[in-house]
Amino acid sequence: MSASDLLPFQASLEARRSSGGKCLVPYLTGGLPGWELMLEAVASAGADGIEVGIPFSDPVMDGPVIQESSELALAAGATPPGILDGLSRLDIGVPLAVMTYVNLVYRFGYERFADSMVKAGVSAAILPDMPLEEAGDWCGAADAAGVQTVMLAAPTTPDERLSRIVERCGGFVYAVGLLGITGERDSLAASAKVIAKRLKDVTDLPVLVGVGISTPEQAAEVCEVADGVVVGSAIVRRVLETGSPESVADFVGSFRDALDKG
Amino acid sequence: MNNDLKNQADELAQVFASDMVGAPTGVGRFGEFGGMFVPETLVPALHELEAAFKDAWADPVFRNELDTLLADYAGRPSPLTRCDRLGEQLGFQLYLKREDLNHTGSHKINNVLGQALLAKRMGKTRLVAETGAGQHGVATATAAALMDMECLVYMGEVDIARQELNVFRMRLLGAEVTPAVSGSRTLKDAVNEAMRDWVATVEHTYYCLGSVLGPHPYPWMVREFHRVIGTEAAIQCRVALGADHPTGRPDVVVACIGGGSNAAGIFSGFAAFPEVDLVGVEPEGGAAIGHGIPGIVHGMKSYLMQDEFGQVSEAQSISAGLDYPGVGPEHAHLADSGRAKYEQVSDAEVIDAFQLLSRTEGIIPALEPAHALAWVVREKESLAGKNVLINMSGRGDKDVGQMMEVLGDTL
Repeated sequence: MSASDLLPFQASLEARRSSGGKCLVPYLTGGLPGWELMLEAVASAGADGIEVGIPFSDPVMDGPVIQESSELALAAGATPPGILDGLSRLDIGVPLAVMTYVNLVYRFGYERFADSMVKAGVSAAILPDMPLEEAGDWCGAADAAGVQTVMLAAPTTPDERLSRIVERCGGFVYAVGLLGITGERDSLAASAKVIAKRLKDVTDLPVLVGVGISTPEQAAEVCEVADGVVVGSAIVRRVLETGSPESVADFVGSFRDALDKG
Repeated sequence: MNNDLKNQADELAQVFASDMVGAPTGVGRFGEFGGMFVPETLVPALHELEAAFKDAWADPVFRNELDTLLADYAGRPSPLTRCDRLGEQLGFQLYLKREDLNHTGSHKINNVLGQALLAKRMGKTRLVAETGAGQHGVATATAAALMDMECLVYMGEVDIARQELNVFRMRLLGAEVTPAVSGSRTLKDAVNEAMRDWVATVEHTYYCLGSVLGPHPYPWMVREFHRVIGTEAAIQCRVALGADHPTGRPDVVVACIGGGSNAAGIFSGFAAFPEVDLVGVEPEGGAAIGHGIPGIVHGMKSYLMQDEFGQVSEAQSISAGLDYPGVGPEHAHLADSGRAKYEQVSDAEVIDAFQLLSRTEGIIPALEPAHALAWVVREKESLAGKNVLINMSGRGDKDVGQMMEVLGDTL
């Protein structure tokens, strides 16, 4: 497959990688007041792609910060079609992925959701409560519509299963950096580099580590092995605390700088 | 028991050979329901749990150890009580399977002793659990004390306030109780917190799930640990109904439904016999089957109360144990296949039934099985002359404080 055949999200990550750089994918919760402006600001701060969360009432993979942002967005009236509509109106020059929980997609209808993603210009989906065992129906619809499904790999995943996960995976591989839910940690977990290395050994897809990547220093450290990072709670906490696109963009920019320095 | 042993053996063979209430297919499927919708981190642990359970369940040493605990520690078999006064008043023969007389006061101990033994066998040192009314939490804290394991129970903040007696019991037993403060702050949110804990601690922690809920293998495993209720009840009914009764089985078996574990247990003894009607009774404000549509939460596909976008609704029930917007996937399948039917009762009917059983039979029921009782009271005309079996899944001591506030000076 040549680079021009790749869907936008993966193409952007591979372009960064082939130029010798490391990938930065910030996460933002969709549907918070002013979220579109926040997306634009983050896009201009050096993101290679943005992961947009569609909030769910019962986010079992998420810690306190994403839980709070989800509750606030739901209270502000966020809905899956509303967020996809919002994304379709944005032109920020950075490819988009959506992250949500499987019930919202199931309720919407797998085919209809995949089609709506395409219409909104979103090329990848991340569904943390849809492991390999349950991925068949959604992946069939996603493949048919032309959107990629990013699968998660965890420190607990055995080697044999890791191979099957990367085979089913598209866009990038989401390496869960530690045993636990999303949220900031004081230091980089030892498991983060281990899972990144194990994945690099079995796939050519970009390997991005997420969950527990809280500082530019931790991002640079894990990228000694990984192709990039997903940064969620650390950014969303600043969104909730400051509400300021400029200050959030500055923070994202500090990750960009750290990754570029290596 | 003095009835013919061969009859019992034949009957049990028929129960176990039945496809109804049998093993799930594929990845934990009961019909289209069930499955394993969890973060990748937990998937290997669930496969490990399934293998460990299959191994233990086929091991006579494990089975013997569990049977001994159920008999000598929990007090099994639980009796079958014929309620003549209330039965006469309602116009049918009423039997109660007395799970309320088990140690810790409910059916929950059957499952917990099984899972705690399994956790030990798997080398785990810590139990986490969710609880609604606190009965599963108390049972888990009890097993942890007995087997020298660390125990942490998540409980919704709302439930902690209305079931403070059980909170104190758990702490007395040496368990830590942590409030779930998000969402509706009830059972649904306690499950979320327990799952989040387990994602972080899966290497040494065993998640002792309290109902026929969650990802595979829990709905199947928890039902197997409660199968003893149905097996005993089938034999006891044969004796109670007498040699002249054509089948020795009741006409109707009724149980309350939150997640559905006590119902799954008692249904398992009768599902193979089509002449026995199976009825699950949900609270009006937490009726996943009555008011829900298929959805996916807490690791399973099942009926779920949710809005048009798939956001999970907050249940509203007087009973903390049934205050849950979902239901076990096997019940979703039994409802779709028509083998069991699911009815709803209001909080007001439950309050009446709670008092009725207390006054006519001297048995104070938990608010949960009072739902089953409320349905038979409402349906007394259509049940006239029949033999009706209710699973009395728990006793009402834990609810007395709450009912003092509800009933106050009216007594």
